[in-house]
Amino acid sequence: MRLTDSIADLGRDALGLVAGLGKAGLLLWGALVQIPRPRKGTPLLVKQIYVVGVQSMVIILVSGLFIGMVLALQGYTILVDFGTEQSLGPLVALSLLRELGPVVTALLFAGRAGSALTAELGLMKSTEQLSSLEMMAIDPLRQVIAPRFWAGFFSMPLLALMFTAVGIYGGYLVGVEWKGIDDGAFWSILQAAVEWRQDIVNCLIKSFVFSWVVTWIALYRGYQLVPNPEGISRATTQTVVQSSLAVLALDFLLTALMFGK
Amino acid sequence: MLTRKIEFLVGVFLLAGLAAFLVLVYKVANVEVQTSSDTYTLTAEFSNVGGLKVRSPVKVGGVVVGRVSGIALDPKKMEPVVTLTMDKRYNKFPETSSLSVLTSGLLGEQFLGLTPGFVDDDVATLKDGDRIYDTHSALVLEDLIGQFLYSAGSKDKK
Amino acid sequence: MSQTQTALVEVKNLSFSRGSRVLYDKISLSIPKGKVTAIMGPSGIGKTTLLKLIGGQLTPDSGEVLFEGKNIHQLKRSELFEVRKRMSMLFQSGALFTDMNVFDNTAFALREHSGLPEAIIRRIVLMKLEAVGLRGAASLMPSELSGGMQRRAALARAIALEPEMVMYDEPFTGQDPISMGVLVKLIRELSDALSLTSIVVSHDVSEVLSIADYVYIIADKRIIAEGTPEQLRHANNPQLRQFLDGAPDGPVPFHYPAMDYQKELLGASD
Repeated sequence: MRLTDSIADLGRDALGLVAGLGKAGLLLWGALVQIPRPRKGTPLLVKQIYVVGVQSMVIILVSGLFIGMVLALQGYTILVDFGTEQSLGPLVALSLLRELGPVVTALLFAGRAGSALTAELGLMKSTEQLSSLEMMAIDPLRQVIAPRFWAGFFSMPLLALMFTAVGIYGGYLVGVEWKGIDDGAFWSILQAAVEWRQDIVNCLIKSFVFSWVVTWIALYRGYQLVPNPEGISRATTQTVVQSSLAVLALDFLLTALMFGK
Repeated sequence: MLTRKIEFLVGVFLLAGLAAFLVLVYKVANVEVQTSSDTYTLTAEFSNVGGLKVRSPVKVGGVVVGRVSGIALDPKKMEPVVTLTMDKRYNKFPETSSLSVLTSGLLGEQFLGLTPGFVDDDVATLKDGDRIYDTHSALVLEDLIGQFLYSAGSKDKK
Repeated sequence: MSQTQTALVEVKNLSFSRGSRVLYDKISLSIPKGKVTAIMGPSGIGKTTLLKLIGGQLTPDSGEVLFEGKNIHQLKRSELFEVRKRMSMLFQSGALFTDMNVFDNTAFALREHSGLPEAIIRRIVLMKLEAVGLRGAASLMPSELSGGMQRRAALARAIALEPEMVMYDEPFTGQDPISMGVLVKLIRELSDALSLTSIVVSHDVSEVLSIADYVYIIADKRIIAEGTPEQLRHANNPQLRQFLDGAPDGPVPFHYPAMDYQKELLGASD
């Protein structure tokens, strides 16, 4: 009896997951498969890039600088034992480009912008603003979801680039300015190690995949939530938890595809 | 008013993203854009540059006086040609100076060591575009070991 | 024949359930053109749901909603949007867009749908705001307005596109007596001046009876009474009387269904 119950629960959960994925897919489909309207769409997009991108910039830049500095300091203490502290440049740059840049930016983005998107949509839903758009014969998917999605999708990779650049600068500050590694050696070894295709293009691919997923989850959670304070707070938490897990899992998958050979 | 400010900040955001991208492409992934006026260029031919890299330092007695700005293979002689970008402040090297590929430490980075030659009345100083002929190639560990083993073996035969 | 000509909206044998809970069981009603029709009933019976069914935001289990003879729920999305441009809805919360001021809120649908130049839109918006007495508040944000003013601003927005029908969802709930009086006056005046068809969903008996031309009373999944306010006042259906008089106990019992009181008190459970 117990066993069959739990199997039934499992089945129900699995069905729910598939149905949720379907709903989320339909949401995105409805929002993105539209004839673009540059004149009305652009101001909406600009406003959302401001909310999603510009307002996340400070946390991204500060985190990037500190993570780069910490990475350099930790790396230095280990490398100096082997007399190879000049390899600090590639250590910092490759860690940031291949992993930390996209991943940490995505996690911070989920916490800063993703949760805000969910909460905002929840508020719009609970105050019937979305219904009200429907009744005005305006598609809320086009008016509300689409600009937020595109803003998130394009802002996060830019933030990841900024994070990585600032992080490498942080590594430079610690390695060269503080620990006295030769300036030219730092850059020359770093530049020799970093490849355009292998590192920078892959960094961008990861960033775009993560930004797609985080923004999608945030919007879906916001659009589907139960419109009351408890529902909003639960959906906000879900956004952060689910997008963080999705980012980490996808990161493993992408890393295996890109560097696993 | 408010939208104007938002548009401006969004513009700043996009430019910052573009700047970060350019930094990563040019500064980190090694696409050189350096044309400075207070430097001069020298070239040198080696038979083996070993692990020398673009932007490796050129040192005189441990002082950095310039950097490697290019490594290419001479298509005719099939030998590596290294281009050096030297600091204008150090422009009194005689043309008898020699260059060697050295290694900092056992596992460290390779750099070019410049040894200034003798100065005489008929010895000119190195100018922009000049070539240094007296060069010593990198020591390749495998060759050294090979030579050592070979010489040891030939001694045994005698 | 004349009945169908004057009815703008007709609801026929509509059933709707949410989960396992049945909200409506085959109800039918008709909304005559140019009149104020009220739908009343106790809270929690899904009066708002009925408006959303009429507006095509929800799909019924069975039955149909006809808007000028067209079945709302069988229209394509673009056709539905065309129909919705002719109706509008005043939400209980006002549902003003929080990131725009009153003027932009009112102008929103006009800018989206009318294609009129901004100068004309400005004039229309100021006229609508004047009609609800908020011309002076055009530059305020919704958060700076009182509840009653928010609802009036929402009303201005609802009539901006000059719809043929306005649905009011609980317009009087949570209003002080003055705001309530203002709203009652506005709904009646707008209805008369623009020959609007109005549907008012509410449980505020006296206000509704003072402005409605025709009243439906819903309880227990179906319509228990209908008629003009005058007819209803003299009806003697006990369920209706309890609702209109606000009696605490009657056909709708005071107690939620429970097991026998004495048994439970004496600990006979399980």
